[in-house]
Amino acid sequence: MLKYILKRLGYSLLVLFGVSLIIYFLTRLMPIDFVKNKVVAVQTSGATVDTEMVDAMYEAYGLSENAGFMDIMKGYLGWLGDLCRFDLGTSFKYSIPVTEKIAMHMGTSFMIALIATIFEFMIAIPLGITAATHQYSLRDYVVTILVMIGISLPAFFFGNILKNWLSYQLGWFPASGLVDATTDYSGIDQLIDYGRHVFIPILTVVILSIGARMRMTRTNMLEVMNSDYIRTARAKGLKESVVINKHAFRNTLIPLVTSLAGLLPSLFSGAIITEQVFDLPGIGNIALDAMNAGDIPFIMGYNMFLAVLSVLGVLLADLMYAIVDPRVKLE
Amino acid sequence: MDELELKQKENSEETPLDKNVRLMSPTQMLLRRFFRSKLSILGLVMVIGLFLFCFLGPVFYTQWSETQVDRTQRLTQEKSSEISYTVDGVEYEVKQVRDRLTSDNYKASPSGEHLLGTDNMAYDVLARLMYGGRVSLLVSFMTVILMTILGVIIGGIAGYFGGVADNIIMRICDILMCLPGIPILMILSSAMDGWVEAQMIEEGMRIYILMFFLTLISWPGIARLVRGQILSLREQEYMVAAEAMGYSTSRKIFKHLVPNVMPQLIVQMSLSLGSMILYEATLSYLNMGIKAPYTAWGSMINIITTDPDILQNYPFIWVPAGVCIVIAVLGFNFVGDGLRDALDPKARR
Repeated sequence: MLKYILKRLGYSLLVLFGVSLIIYFLTRLMPIDFVKNKVVAVQTSGATVDTEMVDAMYEAYGLSENAGFMDIMKGYLGWLGDLCRFDLGTSFKYSIPVTEKIAMHMGTSFMIALIATIFEFMIAIPLGITAATHQYSLRDYVVTILVMIGISLPAFFFGNILKNWLSYQLGWFPASGLVDATTDYSGIDQLIDYGRHVFIPILTVVILSIGARMRMTRTNMLEVMNSDYIRTARAKGLKESVVINKHAFRNTLIPLVTSLAGLLPSLFSGAIITEQVFDLPGIGNIALDAMNAGDIPFIMGYNMFLAVLSVLGVLLADLMYAIVDPRVKLE
Repeated sequence: MDELELKQKENSEETPLDKNVRLMSPTQMLLRRFFRSKLSILGLVMVIGLFLFCFLGPVFYTQWSETQVDRTQRLTQEKSSEISYTVDGVEYEVKQVRDRLTSDNYKASPSGEHLLGTDNMAYDVLARLMYGGRVSLLVSFMTVILMTILGVIIGGIAGYFGGVADNIIMRICDILMCLPGIPILMILSSAMDGWVEAQMIEEGMRIYILMFFLTLISWPGIARLVRGQILSLREQEYMVAAEAMGYSTSRKIFKHLVPNVMPQLIVQMSLSLGSMILYEATLSYLNMGIKAPYTAWGSMINIITTDPDILQNYPFIWVPAGVCIVIAVLGFNFVGDGLRDALDPKARR
């Protein structure tokens, strides 16, 4: 077991190394003049950017005029070295270290994603079970068509529809942001205010993501319902509800738990589009702003951060698979 | 019971066996199972309808073209912001209203002249919907076809040769699968802003370059599928026969192995088409794609980010584009699902 984990960790490091190479060389594709213009734009917009800091950035990333191959390699190795020490450089748009900025906004994204995921599982699993137990019935068709529409909706379109309807037309919820700027709540009122602000974004995320989870549950459930021990359970004269909930559903838990473990790291990554539509101070929205400002340290750091999360997700899912299913032996 | 009936029928009509049995090729069987599902037919109708709308629509709807501005002037009332006075304790709110001639017929409501109205630049929404759809559909198709070709070749090599080649290719797949899609494309798009400034590329090429890059990072899904299939097919008897016949390697891979992967590949392709349309729309929405005066479905929704007034009061400008995206993605998903069910031997009813 330990040997397997170590081997997988080694592989993960290899993958991350490859990712870092791609990210660095993609960034290097940017013409240096363009980067300079962006820095000037940030400076003129009123943000205090130290010229020293910008120069340090150029040096750190090997971004200089007519850089040769060796300069680029030196830049990459320098960046990689900093990366290994968890130093992602200083964002020139926000004037603080990138890691600090990411940590600051990770919480908002995580909170929204966590609540959305809980609702997603709570709604999608029962839907998947009823669709499977009533296969080819009207109920199955209605549920399948509805979740398929959910999968097919672009986040920016559906988010804006909900925003227009629930917030502008009906006025039930605030349209954007995380806190009400005009009032100063505290305690329980503040919590309610937060809830009102994140309601539509969470609704958007849940409706968009239910489909995949529901279809996964349905497929697994159908597979289990055709197995011999379900026939045996029915032949014993057990109640249908017991057959479904105790015998069948428990056996569909393996892929569900595994996917949950794989999902965990990605909860921190932030939903770029949803956060942009509702102007939430989550990590995705911050990254989008940074990108538009040409903030190289931040955007490289953010991409690396996402890659680490997804590598962790795959690793956790595999390990969880071995823990949940005793038939799986790790080698 | 059935057998009895059949026997009676045979005896009464005395038809030879080969006339009694209908021979069906695997493709015919697949098509029959596919068309038995109402959802697949619905999906097919949606996809074909959209294609006709985008590619044949402009032939019939010739009043307006993609980049034609409606220059009709129109009388509007311009309101100034409210100014409040307090005179003798009574509050008055004053608002100035002026008549003004607009330079063009922008944000016009749907009418006989403009079936879906005009947008904030006085372009005809319906015409742009058709031309924008061409971009969205073409780009997604190209991406999926290219991605499949790359995936089949690379996955085929990995599955057939195994060993070191397989190991290296699979590690590359692992790396590419960990790349975050949209954020990586954001870097590239930013780089392209620079190239456009330096006049290295044309503005119109952006979306094609972006989607080309997307194929470069999204082939691993297809490659893994092909590799897995080939790994199991390699051990079949007919491959031993092919070996014995002394066929060349490329013939064995592309004539004997790949056609057997085709069914799963087609399912994967139609599902990928849906997700590629979503990708393209998202890129256009983030303003990384095609730029004015040309348009794509995502760009038509991008308008609301610059002018919040449109979001609230002019749904006819941005909702149709979103509906088109949903129809396209839903159609491809239905078709893909129908194909998968038709191919699945276990799902037979």
